[in-house]
Amino acid sequence: MTDLTSASAPHLREHDHVRGPEGAPVVVVYADFTCGPCALAALRLAQVPLRVVHRHLVLRRRDRRAEPVAIAAEAAARQGAFWAFHDALFSDQGRLDDPHLWQRCEALGLDVDAFELDRRDQALAARVAGETREALRAGAATTPLLILPDGTLQQGAPSAAMLAALGARAADS
Amino acid sequence: MAVIAPGTAVPDFALKTAENEEFTQADVASGTTVLVFYPFAFSGVCTDQFQIYQEALEEITADGARIYGVSTDPRISQTAFCNSLSVTIPQLSDFEPKGATAKAFGAFFEPGGMTHRALVVVKDGTVVWSWEGETPGELPGVNLVFDGLKAAAAA
Repeated sequence: MTDLTSASAPHLREHDHVRGPEGAPVVVVYADFTCGPCALAALRLAQVPLRVVHRHLVLRRRDRRAEPVAIAAEAAARQGAFWAFHDALFSDQGRLDDPHLWQRCEALGLDVDAFELDRRDQALAARVAGETREALRAGAATTPLLILPDGTLQQGAPSAAMLAALGARAADS
Repeated sequence: MAVIAPGTAVPDFALKTAENEEFTQADVASGTTVLVFYPFAFSGVCTDQFQIYQEALEEITADGARIYGVSTDPRISQTAFCNSLSVTIPQLSDFEPKGATAKAFGAFFEPGGMTHRALVVVKDGTVVWSWEGETPGELPGVNLVFDGLKAAAAA
């Protein structure tokens, strides 16, 4: 049996997608691009001086596009465009079918043929599945799951006030 | 009301399956059974909880364990709930007399008149692991189900 017993989420890794000021407190976000509260969390996190790590938490029964879109973001990452693609997905969640993904590639100047090839790479699917399992072991009970700088879990989108407090603490440090 | 403790034999109880058949202590007398008590079908947080569990359902049942959702909703509502979520985890209804099984397992939330959020793992008719939320809003991740299954394997 795959071990899915309780385990803390891994710390920052070499291959993680990270953005935000160097040295700022780190918030790890396990999220799904088809989920409304995940988009809200991303929007709020972008407004505070925190270092944000995006990992995948994909529930296949939630939305049929959850897994393919997560893999597409990893394919965009192969062309150095993870965060641009991340923002483009979260800002327009009503348009997540393949032609919409190709349009995003074109708008971002990505090579659509390379993107299509990379999407079929099993290593990307394995990464999405592996990160989802980490989130389940960490105790995810909804999407998104945030691991705050002190290690506590935040289930669901954080309030703007909570993030403002984290950001203020970061500014003091 | 504290949830039933490990080492306790399951009390006599009667729930209804989606097919309106009785599900009783005889159905948990052998093998490993996970009972997921939850407040309400169709509430936002319960929805998330079952979609998370569904993601790991193959692993939960890989070694023969069975898992059931239990709430005070009528079985018809539970079935509609699962269909709407594409969730296949079978449900058991504690509708009439309301909450009788949840009360027997210490998994009833009196102030709300509803099932509390609790997990109970039964092996061969005896509780081997249990968990209850501090509030009905505290969601148990599926990691806790696996912690319970690990305890059952060791019991």
